[in-house]
Amino acid sequence: MIPLQHYLILSAALFCLGLYIVLVRKNAVAILMGIELILNAASIAFVAFSRFITPYGAGGIGGLVVPGAPAVGGQTFVIFVIIIAVCEAAVALAIILNIYQNFRTVDTDQTKGLKG
Amino acid sequence: MENYLWLIPVLPACGAAILLIIGRFLPKALVSILACGTIFTSFILSVITFIQLMGLPADHRVIHHVAYTWLQSGSFKAQAAFLLDPLSIVMLLVVTGVGFLIHVYSVGYMADDKRYSRYFGFLNLFVFAMLLLVSGDNLLMMFIGWEGVGLCSYLLIGFWFEKTANAVAGMKAFIVNRIGDFGFVLGVFLLFWSVGMIDFKGLKDAIHANPNLISSATATAIGILLFIGACGKSAQIPLYVWLPDAMAGPTPVSALIHAATMVTAGVYMIARMNFVYVLSPTAMMVVAIVGVGTALFAGTIGLFQKDIKKVLAYSTISQLGYMFLGVGVGAFAAGIFHLMTHAFFKALLFMGSGSVIHGTGGEQDIEKMGGLKKYMPVTFWTFFVGTLAIAGIPGLSGFFSKDEILWKAFSSTHGHWVLWLVGLIAAGCTSFYMFRLLFKTFFGKNYSELAHPVHEQEPSGIPVCCDDKNDAHNSRGHGGHGAHKGPAHESPWIMTVPLIILAVLSVIGGYVGIPAVIGGGNHIEHFMEPVFSAHQEAAVTHEGAPAEHHGPGHGTELLLMVVSVLVALAGISTAYYFYMVKPHLPRQMAEKFAIIYKLVFNKYYVDEIYQKVFVNNLLRLNNILAYKIDLGIIDWIVNITGLGAVKVSEGSGWTDLTFVDGAVNGTATTVLTGGKVARVPQTGKLKHYLTWAVAGAVVVIAGLWLLL
Repeated sequence: MIPLQHYLILSAALFCLGLYIVLVRKNAVAILMGIELILNAASIAFVAFSRFITPYGAGGIGGLVVPGAPAVGGQTFVIFVIIIAVCEAAVALAIILNIYQNFRTVDTDQTKGLKG
Repeated sequence: MENYLWLIPVLPACGAAILLIIGRFLPKALVSILACGTIFTSFILSVITFIQLMGLPADHRVIHHVAYTWLQSGSFKAQAAFLLDPLSIVMLLVVTGVGFLIHVYSVGYMADDKRYSRYFGFLNLFVFAMLLLVSGDNLLMMFIGWEGVGLCSYLLIGFWFEKTANAVAGMKAFIVNRIGDFGFVLGVFLLFWSVGMIDFKGLKDAIHANPNLISSATATAIGILLFIGACGKSAQIPLYVWLPDAMAGPTPVSALIHAATMVTAGVYMIARMNFVYVLSPTAMMVVAIVGVGTALFAGTIGLFQKDIKKVLAYSTISQLGYMFLGVGVGAFAAGIFHLMTHAFFKALLFMGSGSVIHGTGGEQDIEKMGGLKKYMPVTFWTFFVGTLAIAGIPGLSGFFSKDEILWKAFSSTHGHWVLWLVGLIAAGCTSFYMFRLLFKTFFGKNYSELAHPVHEQEPSGIPVCCDDKNDAHNSRGHGGHGAHKGPAHESPWIMTVPLIILAVLSVIGGYVGIPAVIGGGNHIEHFMEPVFSAHQEAAVTHEGAPAEHHGPGHGTELLLMVVSVLVALAGISTAYYFYMVKPHLPRQMAEKFAIIYKLVFNKYYVDEIYQKVFVNNLLRLNNILAYKIDLGIIDWIVNITGLGAVKVSEGSGWTDLTFVDGAVNGTATTVLTGGKVARVPQTGKLKHYLTWAVAGAVVVIAGLWLLL
């Protein structure tokens, strides 16, 4: 059985990769991809913790304890994260589209309208 | 019963308001009906009031009606209130009655005027102001009316303002009246200062209760100040100069305002204030002397005037002098009696002259008239009656009232035989110039045969209004004839009927005051007695009472009466001799006594003297004030002050710039610098913000790590 640490290392690596992309890339779409990576890293961590830390029969959803049922709280969160990621992608793409229409570019170094 | 009393003055006011605001859009017939109707209703109401007043016991014939309290300030109280007693009801009847007749006459006289509704609006406004003057119960109300009639007089004298001379005549009247009003106002102030009230009843009661309330000197001052006002309004020496010029107005206006009603306001005022005047024999004497002096002075000027209206104007001044002589010797009732009869016959004479002017196409020079008797029979006969009345022929109204005044001037304690003699000479002048006017206008050479050359310029330099009259009447065209050349014609019935009514009044008007000595009852004096009571008995000999007083008796009175009739007849026969028997004699006489003739003909050069002494000096003073005082001193002070202010503000400005602005700018600089520093991290680049956010997250996590 693969121990929890491996999952967490994968998750951390994925997170760092996403953060790196977010901080380094200039293209807004690429930044969006980095954010997706970060979200997936979080999802892996959720699932891993759900599997390893919470035993069968001790769980329930939202404090509702069902004897004998598997604890699925962490996995439920992942579902939410995926849904939110979808919504976020839709909204973010719309914003990027607007940025493009206003600035004729999606290079975040060029969009300096908020410079003080 | 007094509920409708306020309607008497208010009705003409409503008429005036309607006519002046929307009158120009109304048809002429409606304007005429409105103007005459309001006055007629007021007249009817006055008659009803008179009847009610007669129903009261003699001592209680007073109706006092307070409309509302107008002003109240401390002890000062002015009410919009009306006082109707025998004195004011006589005035009310005269004003509304004669006023109504003149309104009706005006319908004919002004028929073709382009400002028809405005004329009647002014006329109604005048009647309103005059009614306020005579029916107000305090001096303030009287003063409003006093100023109101002055305003209307000004408006109507300058009614044909297209001609500068008419406008100037209006201004002259207004300014001369202002001088009088100044005295009047001062008199009212002095009276209020010394008694503390201004309503007639209160004043009278206070003075009767305590005759020492006003010292004799104060009473003299009040009396003379008020009399100055009366001089202005009633055209007495030295303020009479405006009245002859006032003839520039339409003739019915001359009849109503400058003969029958407004100019008698001064006489009414003195009669109303009798309780003050009896306290001061000096003031009474001044009034009597000025009155009789004016009577003679104006009478002599009237002897040689050529303008038909000017003769009547000087005659009016002269007759007003009689009234002042009457009230000045304490014969208040006689003065008012003469006022009333004079209103009848002088309105008649003026309207007769208007009819003549109307019928001859605007002619006013009596030298160019003659033989009009044939063409204008109604005008002639009514004019003849008026002339007889003013000349003092026994049996007509003027005889009774004039003789009453002359008798009182002789017999009263305030009187003197010199006053009587001067009055008598003036009476002779009156009958002479009136019959001269009559003979020259209606007899002698035929009007139509006389050529009508260009009008002579009036020698005094005072502009005449004849030409303007022509303007007003030319439009008529006089039945296809030229305005000047056409034969004279009688005026329409709407003008002659008022003449006839006034002629009847001129005859019978005197019968209310026939003196006891020739078997009359002298009703008017008894009627007015309550108004002038309490002091009257001491001052004037009573006709009704047996001659137990000092002073001359009935024999003397009859003798004096005969003398005055003889003087009147002498005046008439002299006029007849000069102008009918030997028409060339006057010219020869004029050449023989050229200096005197010129002096009198030019009205003693009073206008010229006033021009030189007052107007020119006033203008000179004006120039000194304007260019020396104002430019030299006042402007200098103003400039110095201005310079000082500039210096002070310069200092103030420096302080402002240095300290106040410094503080403000310092604050701003500080904020600006802070802003520059704070702007550094705000690059606008998304990458930098994210870096800051990550760095922050790292710090937070590290901090939590270390703490936990």
